[in-house]
Amino acid sequence: MDAMIKTPVAENAPRIAREKPLKIKARNVDVYYGEKHAIKDLSIDIPDSAVSAFIGPSGCGKSTFLRSINRMNDTIPSCRVTGRIEIDNRDIYDKNLDVVQLRARIGMVFQKPNPFPKSIYENVAYGPKIHGLARNKTDLEEVVVTSLKKAGLFEEVKDRLDHPGTGLSGGQQQRLCIARAIAVNPQVILMDEPCSALDPIATARIEELIDELRQNFCIVIVTHSMQQAARVSQLTAFFHLGNLVEVGDTDDIFTSPKDKRTQDYITGRFG
Amino acid sequence: MTDTAIAAPRRFSDNDALVAKRYRAERRFKLYGIAAIAVTAIFLVLLFADILARGLPAFFESRIDLSVKVDQAAIDPQNSKDPKVIRTGDFDTPVRDSFRALFPEVTSRADRKKLLGLLSSGAADDFRKMVMGNPGLIGQDAKVPVLLSDDADQYMKGRQTGVERIKPIDGLTIKQNGENYTLSVVSPESVGFKIGDIVRANGGALRISGPVETDKEIPAETVTAPKSLDPVASGAWDIVRFTVPESSRRIDDQEALWLEQLKEQGVAENGIAWRFFSSGDSREPELAGIRGALMGSILTLLVTLFLCLPIGVAAAIYLEEFAPKNRLTQLIEVNINNLAAVPSIVFGLLGLAMFLNFFGLPRSAPLVGGLVLALLVLPTIIIAARAALRAVPPSIKEAALGVGASHQQAIFHHVLPLAMPGIMTGTIIGMAHALGETAPLLMIGMVAFIVDVPAGFTDAAAVLPIQIYLWSDLPEIAFQSKTAGAIIVLLVFLFVMNAAAILLRKRFERRW
Repeated sequence: MDAMIKTPVAENAPRIAREKPLKIKARNVDVYYGEKHAIKDLSIDIPDSAVSAFIGPSGCGKSTFLRSINRMNDTIPSCRVTGRIEIDNRDIYDKNLDVVQLRARIGMVFQKPNPFPKSIYENVAYGPKIHGLARNKTDLEEVVVTSLKKAGLFEEVKDRLDHPGTGLSGGQQQRLCIARAIAVNPQVILMDEPCSALDPIATARIEELIDELRQNFCIVIVTHSMQQAARVSQLTAFFHLGNLVEVGDTDDIFTSPKDKRTQDYITGRFG
Repeated sequence: MTDTAIAAPRRFSDNDALVAKRYRAERRFKLYGIAAIAVTAIFLVLLFADILARGLPAFFESRIDLSVKVDQAAIDPQNSKDPKVIRTGDFDTPVRDSFRALFPEVTSRADRKKLLGLLSSGAADDFRKMVMGNPGLIGQDAKVPVLLSDDADQYMKGRQTGVERIKPIDGLTIKQNGENYTLSVVSPESVGFKIGDIVRANGGALRISGPVETDKEIPAETVTAPKSLDPVASGAWDIVRFTVPESSRRIDDQEALWLEQLKEQGVAENGIAWRFFSSGDSREPELAGIRGALMGSILTLLVTLFLCLPIGVAAAIYLEEFAPKNRLTQLIEVNINNLAAVPSIVFGLLGLAMFLNFFGLPRSAPLVGGLVLALLVLPTIIIAARAALRAVPPSIKEAALGVGASHQQAIFHHVLPLAMPGIMTGTIIGMAHALGETAPLLMIGMVAFIVDVPAGFTDAAAVLPIQIYLWSDLPEIAFQSKTAGAIIVLLVFLFVMNAAAILLRKRFERRW
């Protein structure tokens, strides 16, 4: 096994990265889709118990990097990842690492709400069931209820847990997906534009939820909305054309960006 | 471009014309569509109407209710009540005797033989079965439904000739003229004799043979000699006219008259031919049934289904989800598509060479038929199953992977259940294809004349389409309606299969 990444917490590193323990560390990551070089030499530190936002114009590689963190890119045959990504100081691209175990520790919420076409209860119970997280039915029920409560959905669906999850509204579906993700008790939650298909009210609820969840999880969110990034995140990373242009505390990025491109983007001059 | 658009203001008259043209085009297209559907519907209705009209008579048979004495001496002389003894009893004679008793006027040897020809050769077997089933009948008189022969049956169903009966009011005088006779009535015009008409009078039947001229006696020839030459009173004679000439039908005038007599005596009946569903093939059309072919088809399809479904679905899942994308898998994919287009008889040749000659499996067996059809249907099922798997939104799989399901769990817990309705549809289409397939089964010897109903996968059997093919080739007219009848059964079988598929699919869909 390679030596783990020494944590060079530089003087100029974001405050949040110095205050909190680092959860995810990436060094010199390149991602290729066949010939296409989607991410170029990316290095970043992502702190625990905080929300980190990836922003940037479409096709800049932010989703690609997000999907590299839980190795979802493995499902794309032409995709190739080089470099090193560590979670809790373990290389996640290590040959000996079980990718299924890894994904159990990293929850993911997708752009479009994608509940299983089963009941609300089964949606949440599926993860704990396949990972053997519940000893019996009562246990499982408790996990489901807790997860739904944490996702702020329980009050709305408690009378119809046996109804299909696909029958909920868009915002409820997305919260159901969040409940499903946290039911397996992950350490990291990746969110790929979780609000892009939702109306403003549902978006506000999800953002509230993200803010609450930040106490217990390392959350990484990809978003197109700069306001959303400003509202929910503590750390912001700006991607452009496969390059990580700038990382910093959210306040700093939105008030005094160092890079010209970041400034142009957040002031709405392109993207 | 933009310049002109701004410069020249739109002319509304032009636009109106354009809009009208658009509407016309749409109306025209709708008409084409309706016409296409109408043409299809007409063909379909014609097809079904034709098949039904031809096939429905096959589900009925003509019988006569005979009162037969179940003779103790002929059947069970020692009164042993032993089924083995009863089985060997003489059931033929009592049936013949009581049938002959209906026609006391038939005395000559040749005529009596001809008369018995109207009965089916299976009539005595029916009687035997009846007595075996109820030995208490022995020594009593029993009402026995006696099956008519296929030609008689066709006549009774009116498929040989039409019959007109004329009851003239004139009196009739008969004169004998050597072998032949002459007839005279008061006014031949009002009676309207025609050559070929049969005059029944004085217990005989005479066919008009010569020209009918008003003032002359009408020459006639014997069908059955009259018992006397007495003048016949008005109302005591009649004319039977067959619309089809004797030379163009299988039943001659004499036989037809006997059958008419049976109708008049009220002993003939037309009942549902249960034996069509309960017996195997036969050389006698009136005895032939489709039970053997139906069982053969069911057994064959069972083999096909149990081979195809697991293999096809497993192959589809592997190719769609797990197989690395390389030259080898590409080659396999292309060849699966090619296999789906291979003429079916080639699979028959393969089956002949492989299963019969190399593995030495039994000829004509549903097992081999099922194997061959499985080869034929497999590509269809794989292609359908892959399409169904591909149609499941990838977000479902990603969601499962996202909560830490393994690839296989994601597929078996989420993707496969969603693809199942599509897979079922594909499988049923494949099975329907297999049900109607004939050519490859010819090659493995399922084309034989098989009387026994197959009881197992290795018994010799025919299948429905082959039975249809075999029957359609036979010269007896009755087999034509049997052919159409078998086609109806095949179609019903198909509809049942499709209905089952729809029900199953509904079931699976309701789970979500």
